[in-house]
Parts: sequence; C-alpha cells; structure tokens
Amino acid sequence: MKTVEEIKAAIETAVPGASIEIVPNASPSGQLSLLLAPNHAVAVAEFLRDDAELALDFLSNATGIDWPDKEITEKVKVMRQVLKTVDGAEKMVEETVDETRKHVQPGYLEVVYHLFSIEKKHGPVVIRMRTTNRTDQVQLPSLTPVWRSAEFQEREIFDLFGIVFTGHPDLRRLLMWDGFKDHPMRRDYVEPDDFEYEPTAHDEVLARSKAHQAAGQEGAGVGL
Amino acid sequence: MAVEEGLKIELGKQGVFVTTIEELYNWGRRSSVWPMQFGLACCAIEMIATTMARYDLARFGAEVFRPSPRQADLMIISGTVTKKMAPQVVRLYNQMAEPRYVIAMGACAISGGPFKQGYNVLKGIDRYIPVDVHIPGCPPRPEALLQAFITLQKKITGQPLTGEDRPRHLDAEAQGEFPVPHQGEHDLEPTANKGVWTVPVVIR
Repeated sequence: MKTVEEIKAAIETAVPGASIEIVPNASPSGQLSLLLAPNHAVAVAEFLRDDAELALDFLSNATGIDWPDKEITEKVKVMRQVLKTVDGAEKMVEETVDETRKHVQPGYLEVVYHLFSIEKKHGPVVIRMRTTNRTDQVQLPSLTPVWRSAEFQEREIFDLFGIVFTGHPDLRRLLMWDGFKDHPMRRDYVEPDDFEYEPTAHDEVLARSKAHQAAGQEGAGVGL
Repeated sequence: MAVEEGLKIELGKQGVFVTTIEELYNWGRRSSVWPMQFGLACCAIEMIATTMARYDLARFGAEVFRPSPRQADLMIISGTVTKKMAPQVVRLYNQMAEPRYVIAMGACAISGGPFKQGYNVLKGIDRYIPVDVHIPGCPPRPEALLQAFITLQKKITGQPLTGEDRPRHLDAEAQGEFPVPHQGEHDLEPTANKGVWTVPVVIR
C-alpha cells in the first residue's frame, strides 16, 4: 500500500483545493493519520473509496474524541523597562525578564475513521476531521453517503459526543433517549448524583457517595 | 383449619385425601408459573439454556413462555436494564395480570453489576418494581435460576389466602399499577419508586 505521504499527494492531485495535514503519532505504532478539512471531506472520501489503487471500500470503525480546552503555561523572555539604580542615579533600563504566560488553547471535537480495502487486502488508512469548537460549531460532514457502515457509528458519536453530522440520512440519538440533553462521553460530563447506596464503595465511588451524604442527600448505605 | 401432617399421611394410606383450599390453590399456582418471554442481555442466554432439555425448567411447570404480558405470571429480568429500557420494563410489568412475580437474574438486574457506575444503566430493577427473588452471578448458571424458581415456588406455597400476608391479588387495597419512570433531561425521573425501594442500610 502507498505510504501516508503518497496518499496525501494522490489526494491533493485528484481533489483540487483539498488541504490534507498529516497528524504525527509519537506512540510506538507510529501510525500516521490524515486530517481532512471538513469542506472537502466528502470528495476526498469518495476518492479514497473509488481510486483503483487504494480502493478503500470498507469503513471498519468511526470514533469520536473530545479535546477539552487546554490551559497552556509557558515561560517567555520579555524585554521590559525596569527602574534601576546605576552609578548612584535612577535610570530606566531595558532588561530581559522571565514571564509566565497562560493562554487557553480552545478545545475541539474530533472524529476518526479507520478504512480498509477488502478488494486489495490492505489498510488501515486513518482519516480524521475536527470541529471548530466544542459548543456551537460542531458540524462535520457525514461520510455515511460514502460508506454505509458509518451510519450507526455516526449516530453514536452524535449521541455521546454531540458532533452534528450534516448530510446524515437519519441523525437521531442511538443509545440514549431523545429527550436526553447531555453528551456522556465528553470530558466535562456531569453524571447524575445517584450515589445513595454503594455497598462495596471504594476509591472514587466511595468519595462520591460520601460527597452525596455530605450534601445532605438521602442515603445511608455506604460500606466503609 | 390445618390438618396435622402425621394424621394426613395416615389418612392418605387409608385412601382418604385431606387438604385445605389454601394448599390446593397454592399448589395449582406454584405448579403453573408461566414466565414472560423476554430477555434483556446475556443472562437471557442462560435463561434459554435453563428451559432446554438439559436443565428442563418444564419439570417445575414453567415451560410455557408467554409472548404476551397478559398471559404471564412471572417476569424474569434477565440482564442489564438500561435507563432507556427501564420504562418499558415497568410498563410490561404493569400489563401483567395478578398474581405476578419477578425474578431479578444476574448482577446487572439486581444492582447494575459491572456497569453500575455507567451513565446509562439502572442500578437494579428493584428501584421501580417489587422483586421476589434476586439471583447473583454474572451470568448465573442455569442451576441458580432453577434454585430461584424453587425459592419462588416455596414463597407461593407459604402465602396465606387471608390476613396481612395475603398475596396482592387478594388484597383490594394493594397497589396494582407502578409508576413508569419518565426519561428526563439528565436521568430517569424519579430515580426510584419510594414505595417499592428505600435506601438499604449497610451494617458492618
């Protein structure tokens, strides 16, 4: 099979205007993946499926990832005017000072597809797409029209992560009920406080059931 | 009035059969407990195995699995009850005619089991409907289900027809319909039926 770099080059020649980024992977597997821009994703997917050499006719897995907002602290050297006593007289002197800066790297939601070719017996090729943010701009193009096996998996991702797949034929919640408002697989999901009876509580569960009782909620069934 | 056990055997030897209405009635009930044909998860496979030739639940008069709750006496909660499924389970229980019994089969049905801290699994069906027999195990072996069944039969045999402990169907005041939980925005509402389930106290 072609390497990831070759696939990237093939896509860029076949789909004009498509921007592909190779996502590095520091783990021992070193499996690289292709980050697609959402506006060209369907065209790229169709190319991957229909190209005679790649023939990635099978989508084996689609999964979601939640990347929350990340606070990054970094030390920067800054030139600054400092009041200093030089030769008995006070002067403004320029000096480099260490400064810690904090900035928030905005989070996003990501979806990862694993593609194989049954015809050519090769794979996987991993493609990814990212949303703009985690709150209101969470739309991504659905790849269900390209690979039918994405249908339920995209519904599951919609349910658990809250990514809205545009162009999906039947986008409803899959595991939770329709009136459910949360997305349980997101990092900031708050589970309902139902820790009133934990007969074999330990570690995190024990802490939570104690917190449940401390909040004055009903419940006495904590095993200590 | 109960007949002395020794006298009854003696009379039986002489060809005289003595019984009470209560005994006869309960014998009939316990010997034809028809379970409802519904399975929720992997425990259902064990339940199916129990009904087949090797374990043969038919020996206890329970071979007829009814596909309609109207014709069933026993609900075997065989597997994980998800929060999405719980209202349907309670609704099916409400549709069953009295006398009706419930066996909660396996770790999930009695407590949530390995999925207890999950966002989508109910922490035991006994929060919404009264359960007669709990079976631990993941999944319980067919022998355990048979044991639960025998326990249930013993319970039916011991039920008096009058007085405080009479079964629900002979008590006009008894609660017949159990509230179906509503699927709310974050969880089931209410999280438990307080008339059926109160928080147990663990004493150590």
